[in-house]
Amino acid sequence: MKKLLTVSILGLAIAAGSAHARDYDHVRFGVDVPYEPMEYRTPEGELTGFDIDLGNALCEEIGITCEWIEQEWDGIIPGLLSRNYDAIMSSMTINDERRETVLFSEPYITPPSAWFAPADSDLEETTEETLEGKTIGVQRGTLQDNYVTDMYGDVASVSRYSTADDMVLDMQAQRLDIVFLDFPVGKSTLLDSESRDYKVVGETITEPKEYFGDGFGIAFRPRDEALADRFNEALATLQEDGTYDEIFERYFGEE
Amino acid sequence: MEWFNALLADNRIFTPDTLGYYWEGLVTTTQLVFLSLLVGLVLAVPLSILRGSKHKWIKLPIYTYTYVFRGTPLLIQLYIIYYGVVFFDGIQETFLWPMLREAFYPALIAFTLNTAAYTTEIFHGAIKSTARGEIEAARAYGMSPGLTMRRIILPSAFRRALPAYGNEVIFMLHASAIASVVTLMDITGAARFVYARYYAPFEAFLFAAAIYLCLTFAILFFFRHLEKRLLAHLRPQSG
Repeated sequence: MKKLLTVSILGLAIAAGSAHARDYDHVRFGVDVPYEPMEYRTPEGELTGFDIDLGNALCEEIGITCEWIEQEWDGIIPGLLSRNYDAIMSSMTINDERRETVLFSEPYITPPSAWFAPADSDLEETTEETLEGKTIGVQRGTLQDNYVTDMYGDVASVSRYSTADDMVLDMQAQRLDIVFLDFPVGKSTLLDSESRDYKVVGETITEPKEYFGDGFGIAFRPRDEALADRFNEALATLQEDGTYDEIFERYFGEE
Repeated sequence: MEWFNALLADNRIFTPDTLGYYWEGLVTTTQLVFLSLLVGLVLAVPLSILRGSKHKWIKLPIYTYTYVFRGTPLLIQLYIIYYGVVFFDGIQETFLWPMLREAFYPALIAFTLNTAAYTTEIFHGAIKSTARGEIEAARAYGMSPGLTMRRIILPSAFRRALPAYGNEVIFMLHASAIASVVTLMDITGAARFVYARYYAPFEAFLFAAAIYLCLTFAILFFFRHLEKRLLAHLRPQSG
């Protein structure tokens, strides 16, 4: 056992050494599109959104180039670990479960989650009683999925989608009674949509921390601590010099 | 049971909860595949007979149907049926909606139409290859065309179609893995759920693969048995 430990520590040291040796001058971000307004495409097909603009600004601040690689949400962490890209900047909530697998930057935004239902729905609050027999939509593998599965999985039927727009499509088709989403995303895809009227059911949700974590962070491979530090520094700079506020207002207005 | 608990104790992926999802997935997959094969078979028998009709207006529509459903991927058919139906205005108000609202029925419809198309062609091929002499002999006995079909052609055609049909059943089982794209919690759906929640692609999908293997084994066994009974006359006589 002791020997094994020594060997693994040695291995770690070598791995850490090589990680230091690797200086990124080009970072590839994994991102799950669309997730309006965090990341989406304009009608012209251009990739944009809060994450994209902030990520590009961070890279510019650090003085490296970056590239965005699209990846569906349910495979986004395995994709990072198998080196398809070097970081994830895709509205990923920092929580303990994910901390076991990836290394997070400081949180760069902390949006709540919220329930959305059609405006004419008779749902006024979300409890086990009111949700009984309802169909709840979530995106597979998100913290909203975990929360809904654990809290209401026994009383309601949970429909899991690979992408957020598949879910919105089924919401419009009236296949879903209610969906549980990051608030900014639900606001921009449902509340601001013109096809039908939607409403927020109950309060926005940020507790318990066990599910809702500490806001969105950039995820790195655990060994890339140096890279994460550079991004943390850059984030602090952007928050001081006003660039961050400018990008924030571009997507969320004055809130 | 003790070894089973010990086996589960040391990992965080295969908890009773996730095994519950796999079980739910197994039930969904079995229902979906069994029902679509059953309905598909019932549809395919008359269609395969009519497919061999002399009349162009009977033959052609059936040929078009089998051509379209064999000529396009099942995934596309599933998307069209699942997302396509909601583009009919007011479908939500019709009596069909309670069924179409669930992901299960659109998937069932797509799978049924698909397997019916393949099965029709399998049976049609078997019917066409009936020995000319058998039909002539039946006619010589004074059997009507309907009776000939029922007593002579179909029984021997079904026997000949059996191995090919067994393959179709296995293909259908494997094709059903796409049901999870329309939110159905089938075996693959359960695997994707476990994969996304625990970031464990190998464990999640290997376990799903093992379940599919067991199902395939059961199907193979069933058809082996059926062939042994129904195709006994083809085996070399001994003793």
